[in-house]
Amino acid sequence: MTKSLLTIKNLKKNYHTLNGEIEAIDNISLDVCEGEFICIVGSSGCGKSTLLNILANLETKSAGEINYHQKDLKIGYMLQEDALFPWLTILDNALLGLVIEKKDSPENIKYVKELLKAYGLAEFQDKYPRQLSGGMKQRVALIRTLATRPDILLLDEPFSALDYQSRLAVSNDVYQIIKKEHKTVIMITHDIAEAISLASRIIVLSKRPAKIKSVYELNLSDTLNPIARRQAPEFSKYYEKIWKDLDINV
Amino acid sequence: MSEVQKKFMRRQKGEKYLILLIQILIVGGFFGLWEILARHKIINEFIFSSPSKIWQTIYDLMLAGNLFHHIFTTLYEILIAFVLGIILGFIIAIILYELPLLAKIVDPFLTMLNSLPKVAIGPLIIIIAGARTKSIIIMALLINLIVSIITIYNGFLNIDPCKLKLLDSLKATKMQKLTKLIIPASYQTIISSLKLNISMSQIGVIMGEFLVSRAGIGYLIIYGTQVFNLSLVMSGILILIIISFILYQIVTYLEHLLLKNKF
Ligand SMILES: Nc1ncnc2c1ncn2[C@@H]1O[C@H](COP(=O)(O)OP(=O)(O)O)[C@@H](O)[C@H]1O
Ligand SMILES: [Mg+2]
Repeated sequence: MTKSLLTIKNLKKNYHTLNGEIEAIDNISLDVCEGEFICIVGSSGCGKSTLLNILANLETKSAGEINYHQKDLKIGYMLQEDALFPWLTILDNALLGLVIEKKDSPENIKYVKELLKAYGLAEFQDKYPRQLSGGMKQRVALIRTLATRPDILLLDEPFSALDYQSRLAVSNDVYQIIKKEHKTVIMITHDIAEAISLASRIIVLSKRPAKIKSVYELNLSDTLNPIARRQAPEFSKYYEKIWKDLDINV
Repeated sequence: MSEVQKKFMRRQKGEKYLILLIQILIVGGFFGLWEILARHKIINEFIFSSPSKIWQTIYDLMLAGNLFHHIFTTLYEILIAFVLGIILGFIIAIILYELPLLAKIVDPFLTMLNSLPKVAIGPLIIIIAGARTKSIIIMALLINLIVSIITIYNGFLNIDPCKLKLLDSLKATKMQKLTKLIIPASYQTIISSLKLNISMSQIGVIMGEFLVSRAGIGYLIIYGTQVFNLSLVMSGILILIIISFILYQIVTYLEHLLLKNKF
């Protein structure tokens, strides 16, 4: 059996503003195991980012428990925007997390250079972000997150800023990178197809306040890559179910 | 290069020279007309002076050996006020950014100070700090500092929240956020505040020299008015125009140099 990395129990989150209280998360419980690729889908504004922000310790919870089953469980957070610094080179951007943590040792710098090389960015390492395409920038942002060697990756709609074509390509790349580095992932998306093509488990959230509406364990063959998965016969079956769960009014 | 491109480049270059030529003609015509009108007593030379008299005045000042003394006094005061304004403006903006509560408290006072015509407190400054260079610099600082603080502070506030969130997720310290993000991201704002600052410093210094009346171009102008030597007044104004033009060009060049290849 795979090892559980963290357990969320009855998590609640209320925001307090001058215009009143906003209930963002209502009673979410979740167990995250090593090597899982969890996709969270839910309509916009339902509280998905809030959940990741709490897991990444950027936001406090209002009630509930989060238990980390490993001492110093390291969390890497990749935001929706690449948030690359325009005045830093690609290499320096990729090293940012290590520099902040004062872990920019020669071995770690070598590791980042290897990552850049492995993912087709070696020749761009002395260039600036503005010289790269959106998909490349997103890959640099992922490498910046991977550089600090996190145990869990939190990805908040990492591809939503890209056009459809690069989105397919980059999500495929990212999937390969993550599988190769054996990372555990919690990813947010509002794209059902993307979720089915990447996840080992999909969690559908209700409208705000977010509750878990349904959970799907996907048994699409793990050897298939995300693009091949889209052609799998079960694909449309899942798609339909999740679409119904989301209850999108068009 | 294609024929059409060559033709286009030639036309662009031609236009550039034409503009420059017309500008020179305007300046030459202006001084020429002024001289002719004054010589033929169509305008009162006593009040309006004339280019030849202005030239004579500047030449005499140079011979007397104090023209450069006045120019350097003014330049020195502008430079000190400019540098102090940038440094203090930067430091105060950082303090306000790091202490949002303080920023909220002082906000209306800053607005008040910003809208106050600073000349009004000039006499007070002279009484407190004395009729000295110090008062002139305080005066100029009062004018350029508020603008610098507001410009740089607003630059800080406009930093992309995503980048801040990124640093938060990496558990960056306050100091790291300042040095890795806030200052480099505001580099452009800080540089563009230089231009504003240099003209504010000049206004402040001339105003200060009017009030303190010891040396400098502002002093020459006010002294000329008092003894009714309008040629001296005109000379002062002319020198001032040249100084501010040159300073502006220097700052523009500096800005170009500092921002080149950056963004
Ligand atoms: N800092 C905040 N203060 C107040 N309300 C917030 C804050 N952050 C998010 N919210 C509200 O909480 C709800 C969920 O937000 P979020 O988690 O960002 O949604 P999404 O599922 O689109 O990521 C939204 O209604 C949003 O307006
Ligand atoms: Mg969101």
